[in-house]
Amino acid sequence: MAENNVMVYAETAEGMLTAMATEGLGCGRKLADDLGQELSAVLLGADVESLAGEAITFGADKVYVVDDPLLKDYRTDAYLAAMEKVVNEAKPQIILMGQTTVGRDLAPSLAFHLGTTATLDCIDLTIDPESKQLLRTKPVYGGNAQAVFNSETNPQIASIRPKAMTPLQPDTSRKGDIIKIDAGLDPAAIRTAVLDRVVEEVAGIKLEDAETIVAGGRGIGGPEGFQQLEDLAKTLKGAVGATRPPCDNGWVPDTVQIGITGKIVAPDLYIAVGLSGSSQHMSGCSGAKTVVAINKDAEANIFRQAHYGVVGDWKKIVPAFTEKVRNLLAS
Amino acid sequence: MNSIVCIKQVIDPEAPPSSFKIDTASKKAVLSGVPPVVDPYSEYAVEAALKIKDGQGGTITAISLGNNMLREVVKKPLSMGADELILLEDDAFTDGDSWTTAFALAAAIRKVAEYDLIFCGREASDTNAGQVGPAIAKLLGLPVVTLARKIEVSDGKARIERVTDDGYEVIEVSLPAVITVSNEVGEPRYPTIKGIMAAKKKEPAVWKPADTGLESSQVSTAGQRARIVKLFQPVREGTCELIEGESPEEAAANLAQKLRDAKVL
Repeated sequence: MAENNVMVYAETAEGMLTAMATEGLGCGRKLADDLGQELSAVLLGADVESLAGEAITFGADKVYVVDDPLLKDYRTDAYLAAMEKVVNEAKPQIILMGQTTVGRDLAPSLAFHLGTTATLDCIDLTIDPESKQLLRTKPVYGGNAQAVFNSETNPQIASIRPKAMTPLQPDTSRKGDIIKIDAGLDPAAIRTAVLDRVVEEVAGIKLEDAETIVAGGRGIGGPEGFQQLEDLAKTLKGAVGATRPPCDNGWVPDTVQIGITGKIVAPDLYIAVGLSGSSQHMSGCSGAKTVVAINKDAEANIFRQAHYGVVGDWKKIVPAFTEKVRNLLAS
Repeated sequence: MNSIVCIKQVIDPEAPPSSFKIDTASKKAVLSGVPPVVDPYSEYAVEAALKIKDGQGGTITAISLGNNMLREVVKKPLSMGADELILLEDDAFTDGDSWTTAFALAAAIRKVAEYDLIFCGREASDTNAGQVGPAIAKLLGLPVVTLARKIEVSDGKARIERVTDDGYEVIEVSLPAVITVSNEVGEPRYPTIKGIMAAKKKEPAVWKPADTGLESSQVSTAGQRARIVKLFQPVREGTCELIEGESPEEAAANLAQKLRDAKVL
């Protein structure tokens, strides 16, 4: 049977479809329509069947559900075996998933298992009108450049960067089929065990959900400085992020790192303080609508990326800025 | 506890953006006047292997793939404390993709034969592909744990802290296994003078495709499964409006007012 559908692995968390899943379905729907194919969603986990209807409202024509207690936590061997079963059944031409801690692991593992490669962290996916192959655009060289890849091998596998694609408006009148698949998992063939899961999320608004982010870099100099950024973020009802050096130095938790290997964010307002604007960092916030830079080095790359900027010592600027913002928001 | 670490020579990711150029013919980036370096993610992988060696002893073999690799660059793992260096070095390794790279590295690792752990960086700083670690695991039939920030080994098992979106998970895996290492593992150590001297004296083993049984259909463009169609630098849009004032405090207030006027606040 020829491959005849676009498949999206719809990630779930805490009994819900993730934002990444709906973004993936939105992207997959468009590609499926361009190819004149069906869009299938895949749900893997324990007690995920109830989410199938929601996947349909977000664009899926078919939902393959593998519900198994062994799939409760993500484990490479188990998820790979389940995906293989679904792929053999559904014969997708394209398989998409999110560039998350699951997708980063599952996409290359699945690709090599199926005899091909994946393209990870795609920011644009289109169908080549002639070859009907998937054209995958992704940042390379730490975000200094972008590359477009294709592959002649099916299935064509890609992971999608969070917030790069737009979900459909959920449509409850949409109809679809739900197909349950028994993965027949062998516990002995799952070679890893998840012993513990530790959440290090910082208090307050989640970075990924924040409409305003105040990000600090090496120039902040220590944890005390980040306290001042925290004051500004609170005033703006936003969250604090960081480049890699403050995380590596333990000034802030690793979970607030923004960049190509950290969190990908797309806030309305991004205030970059004491950071130079390396490609690897800026690639993680390229979706920000307005970027404001505060840096003492007028030559810093951040001023090439920002819409507004102040050149000067952040220690003097940030408190005065916070104060003025507080007054403006109160008036 | 014997480890293999896959390392890569890359263009310096810390080089100023102005030195970064795209060579449209080869669809690769080049840096003018800035020497290549060991990929920082490779260095984290070396550091992870060294931490195991510190605690448990054993040997570390670094393997790199490419062509015309600079010895002073690719010998860095030796100067940091690795024991051996194998270079898969040939014209046939100039081009290719994640598939050919992983295939060749897996073939070399089979030839090395004695290992408990295989370390790779979580991705390379040039391609940002993030595939070779899981790919090697798949090709060798080994389990893989990606995005490691801490690794402890005992009783033939590794206990790994794996970075997740909101923290980390603790994963246990039996050995041998492939582990990809994230920057949270900690800063790679500096080479010692003793290490640099030892690395100078040590000659890497250089393996051609045939040395690991690779055929011409399995290397370079003939063996690849993905193709780069285009490489480009996105155009930076807009200019930055610099806000000034008599004092830093006044500039700050002017900035806030500006953002308010522009309805950003």
